[in-house]
Amino acid sequence: MIPALEHIPSGCAAAGIMNKSGIRISGDAIMDMMSVMHSRSNGLGGGFAAYGIYPETPDNYCLHIMFDTESAKREVDSLIEENFIVERQEKIPTKIINEIKDPPLLWRYFVLPKPEKLVAKNMHADDFVVKLVMLVNTRIPGSYVNSSGKNMGVFKGVGYPEDIGRFFMLEKYGAYIWTAHGRFPTNTPGWWAGAHPFSILDWTVVHNGEISSYGINKRFLETYGYECVLLTDTEVIAYTFDLLVRKHGLPLDIACNVVASKFWKDIELMPEEEKKLHTALRMTYGNLLLNGPFAIIVATNNYMMGLNDRIKLRPLVYGKKGEFSYLASEESSIRKVESNLDDVYSLVAGKPLKVEVNKDVCA
Amino acid sequence: MINIDALNMDSRELNKKIKESIEDGHKEINIINVLGQRFIGNGIQNKELKITINGTVGNDLGMFMDGVDIELFGNAQDGVGNTLNSGTICVHGRAGDVVGYAARGGKIFIEKDVGYRVGIHMKEFKENVPTVVIGGSAGSFLGEYMAGGILVILNLDSPKIMKADAIGTGMHGGKIYIRGDVNANNIGKEVVILDIDDDDYKILKKILGDYGKKFNFNSEDLLKDNFIKLKAISHRPYGNLYAY
Repeated sequence: MIPALEHIPSGCAAAGIMNKSGIRISGDAIMDMMSVMHSRSNGLGGGFAAYGIYPETPDNYCLHIMFDTESAKREVDSLIEENFIVERQEKIPTKIINEIKDPPLLWRYFVLPKPEKLVAKNMHADDFVVKLVMLVNTRIPGSYVNSSGKNMGVFKGVGYPEDIGRFFMLEKYGAYIWTAHGRFPTNTPGWWAGAHPFSILDWTVVHNGEISSYGINKRFLETYGYECVLLTDTEVIAYTFDLLVRKHGLPLDIACNVVASKFWKDIELMPEEEKKLHTALRMTYGNLLLNGPFAIIVATNNYMMGLNDRIKLRPLVYGKKGEFSYLASEESSIRKVESNLDDVYSLVAGKPLKVEVNKDVCA
Repeated sequence: MINIDALNMDSRELNKKIKESIEDGHKEINIINVLGQRFIGNGIQNKELKITINGTVGNDLGMFMDGVDIELFGNAQDGVGNTLNSGTICVHGRAGDVVGYAARGGKIFIEKDVGYRVGIHMKEFKENVPTVVIGGSAGSFLGEYMAGGILVILNLDSPKIMKADAIGTGMHGGKIYIRGDVNANNIGKEVVILDIDDDDYKILKKILGDYGKKFNFNSEDLLKDNFIKLKAISHRPYGNLYAY
C-alpha cells in the first residue's frame, strides 16, 4: 500500500480521573487510560494536567514554562525576579526516552507576586499572574507558559500521550485530579506549546474537536486582555472559562450555557424567567459561543467537568466507582483502570457533567 | 470452536487472528478480554460464522460485515454495524453513537441505551432492509438522513416521551417505530408522526419476536403498549432545491 494511503484512525483522545476525597494517585492510571486510546492520537501532541502535586507549596503559583532558548529563559527570569518573590525554581525533571525528540527547556517557578507591585498596580494577585502569562507568551519570543495555577501543573509536548507521560515521569507525582489528551492536529501545527491541556491559573482544558468560532472568540477575548498565540483553537476555551467564571462571576453551569447555548427554538418554549436568562446570555456573550464539534474536560483545583457541543459531534463517556469519577472519549479507556464500574453512560449534548472534590480538600 | 484471548492485543492483531481462524475453517470464534479493539469482524463475508465477544469493544464493531452472527456480552462504543451489509449484531449492553451508520441490510439488536445519530443514512433495496432495535432510549438525530430500513426504539426503563431532539431530520425513506411518544418540537421537518396500522403491527410483531428471543423476554407484551411511527413526508425532500 502507498504509505500515504494507509488508514490513520486518529481523532483525538481525552480522559480524566478524579478522587473526590483528595486521595492522590500516581500518573500510572491516567497513562493507562490513554494507552487504550493510542490510535486516536498520531504522535503529534500529548499532555496531562495534575492537581494536588505540590502540597509542600500549596499557596504559591507554580509557573510551568517552556523555552526554546537560554536567552528566552534569561529574559523571562528577569521579568519574574522583578515582579515575584521566587520561593523555588527548578528544571522540570524529565527522562530521555527514544520516542521524545528535541524537547524545549522545561522549568517551573514557585512564586508569589511582590506585595508592593500589587499595591502599585492596584491588582488582584490572580490578575497579576494572568498579565504576566500574557506578557511572556506574546513579548518574549520562544517562551510559553504551560500552566500558572497553585498546587497543579501541566506537562505536555510533541509525542504520544503515554510517551509524554513517561518523559515527564508522571508515575512519580500524586494528584487527586488528572486529565489528559492525545492530539491529532488538524488545522495547526503539532508543536510543544500547541499540545493540550491549555491552561490559565488553575483552569485546564483538554479538547477533542474543532472550534470553528475560534476567530470571533479570540477577538472577543482580546478585548479583555487575553492573547491567543499558541496556534491551537482550544486555547480560547481556557480563557473563556477564566473570564466568565472568575472575572464575571457566572456560575459554572451558566458559563456552560454561554459556550453551548440553548437553541432559539427551545428558548421560545421556556417559561418567561428562563427565556429572559437565556436570551440575555446569547445577546451578551454571543461572541463566546463555541461553534463546531467538541468534547472537553475542564478542570480546576475543585472539580472536573465534561461538556459536549450542543449536537454531540464528539464522544465523551462518564464512569463512576466509589470515590473515583472518570471521563474519557471511549468507555474502554475507563474500563482499563476500573473494570467494575458502579455506573457508566455517555454525556448528553450541551449538558455539563461536573464532579466536585469534597470541601476540605481544597480551601 | 476456537478461543481468542484479546488481552493487550491491538485491533490489527486481533482482526488478523480472526481472519486466520476463519481460514482454518472455524465456524465459531469466542473472543475474551476485549478492551477497545476496533473493527471486529470488519468486512468478513461468511454466512455460517458466529463470533461471541466478552468485553468492551472499540469503535465500528461489524463494519462492512456480510452475513456473520456477532453476539457481544458487554458494551459497545461508536459505529456498531457501520455500513453493515447482512448478518446480525446483538449487544447485551449499551452502545454509543451512530449505530447502524449507512447500513444496507442485516439486523442490529441493542439491549440498553444508545447514543446520538442512530440509524443515520441507513438505506434499503428490495429484500435488503436493515433493522435496528434499541431496548433503551436513543439520543438526538435518531434516523438522520435515513433513506430506508427500520428503526425500533423500545424505551424500556426510559421516559415514554423521548427526550431526544431533531428525530428524523433529513429523513426521506424507511420507518422509525417508537414505543411511547415524541414532542412535535423534537422531530425534523421532513417527517410526520403516525399511528401504527395493521401492516406496521405485523412488522413489529416479527421484529420484536426476534429481539425477544435474543434477550429472553416476551416481547409480544410490549405490543400492547402505544407505538407511534415516524415516516418521511417525501422520498425526495430536496428535489426542488437545485432543479427549479
